[in-house]
Amino acid sequence: MAPRFVGKKKLEITETDLAAAQALRPGFNPTGWTADQTARTLLALSLPHQSPEEYVKTLDKLFATADVNELVALYAALPVLPYPEKLIPRLAEGVRTNMTLVFEAVALQNPYPHDYLPEEAWNQLVLKSIFTSRSLYRIYGLENRRNLKLTQMLSDFAHERWAAGRTLSPEVWRNVGPFVDAAIWPDIQKLFTQPNDTEQQAAALVCAESNYPAAKTMLDTVPDLKAKIASGELTWDTIGEAVAAQTV
Amino acid sequence: MNTTSPFPLIDPHVHMTSRTTDDYEAMRRAGIVALIEPAFWMGQPRTEAGTFKDYYSHLIGFERFRSSQFGIKHYCTIGLNSKEANNEALAEQVMELLPLYVAKEGVVGVGEIGYDDQTAAEDKYYRLQLEIAKEVNLPVQIHTPHRDKKKGTLRSMEVALEHGLDPGMVIVDHNNEETVKDVLDRGFWAAFTIYPHTKMGNERMVEIVKQYGPERVMINSAADWGISDPLAVPKTVALMLERGIPEEQVQLVSYGNALAAFGQSGQMPESDWLEAQPIDQSQKFSGSSILRGGQTPRIDEANTPTSNIIR
Repeated sequence: MAPRFVGKKKLEITETDLAAAQALRPGFNPTGWTADQTARTLLALSLPHQSPEEYVKTLDKLFATADVNELVALYAALPVLPYPEKLIPRLAEGVRTNMTLVFEAVALQNPYPHDYLPEEAWNQLVLKSIFTSRSLYRIYGLENRRNLKLTQMLSDFAHERWAAGRTLSPEVWRNVGPFVDAAIWPDIQKLFTQPNDTEQQAAALVCAESNYPAAKTMLDTVPDLKAKIASGELTWDTIGEAVAAQTV
Repeated sequence: MNTTSPFPLIDPHVHMTSRTTDDYEAMRRAGIVALIEPAFWMGQPRTEAGTFKDYYSHLIGFERFRSSQFGIKHYCTIGLNSKEANNEALAEQVMELLPLYVAKEGVVGVGEIGYDDQTAAEDKYYRLQLEIAKEVNLPVQIHTPHRDKKKGTLRSMEVALEHGLDPGMVIVDHNNEETVKDVLDRGFWAAFTIYPHTKMGNERMVEIVKQYGPERVMINSAADWGISDPLAVPKTVALMLERGIPEEQVQLVSYGNALAAFGQSGQMPESDWLEAQPIDQSQKFSGSSILRGGQTPRIDEANTPTSNIIR
């Protein structure tokens, strides 16, 4: 019903609004929200929530009978809803969705997964984002949640792609820096030999984030990239934006 | 022979849940830009209310998304169909679900409802749903019975009028030569389902439009899990043009009238497909092939049927 009353225009979010959102809840970012989505969020926030059990039951009913846009609103609202710790199974369900818009609401610009998802579910969220060509730089808190298991999965994935004569997004390597070891290092060496500029940039960034001795040495062999990283001209975000621009 | 329509088309009655992605591709290629999926049964009776809930959710959720992946705007009508209205204990529970769904975005009517065996239970739930439609001010999509059709069609309309519905808000479906005059004379919309092999073939449809004109007449495929043709609308359009029916009349029965009738819901603005985003194939969850946005799918001559006639 919401669109009938408020329409579906995109909100015009100012810098001030963004700062207010951040103050309200770190990582909360309603950029790209529509009027009907915002109205639905306000309605969800106005549900009585004295009892966590009752509140979660009501939310479950809303999720179970929601259409695509309602699901988007509900998942994007998770970071500001009460009893967040009770909504973890719901979010894990969202990670399993097959609907792109819903998955984006779960995975992108949403601090809830970073704050609450257990490692296994987080790793699935990252993998699924990669498999469905989502922009990793839009996942909130990616660096904080890096882990060895994810690094190993991504290394296996890279080997699969390379064996098939295919490439993979350079953004993938954003997840591995601190976990580079003897097993992963050959992947990074291979990255440096790829013809694509962004892949070489990604390799340099991995080296900059790693304490693995060979990585440190390697970074010194690409002084121009090293300088760009030091000056902040080259970051994972710039790579993410470049990749996104190529795939449009 | 080419089934690609010279103008955009709407199929206002098609059960896409039971069709394949090949059908979606072919429909889009043939010119279908929007479709309406009425809630119906699944070929066998459901035994739990929960399966209705999941079915309605599927219509407004995944099926709508799936359709969008092929550049077709998906709308639906929500209701308890006549066949399953005969399980009264279940029907009672389904009636409690309906208010959760009828007011949703993209729900363009209450349907398909009406009579099948014309039992007392069917009558009861048909009437209750007419009241719901009035309450939320949505059009009604009536399924007329295949057996004892003429009587069932007349009864459907009488009951709708008895409940104070405006005939202009009621689309009577599955008409034939025997029912069309009564429906049009009473001011209702007359929809025709073009079935392959049986019932209303499209050569007969051409004759109906020649005889009655295009006003308040529309065609659909009602394609479902049985032997049916999701390209019934474009094929019939091609045949009508071939048989000399003026283009503006053909456009009315294959697009304009469906838009006018179901557009009364306020849930189906033409801008939904005229200003649609180009298909974002990166939204596909399959991976490898990427069609660029706005790229026209290649028309594969091998898939083009030799005749547009459905008998």
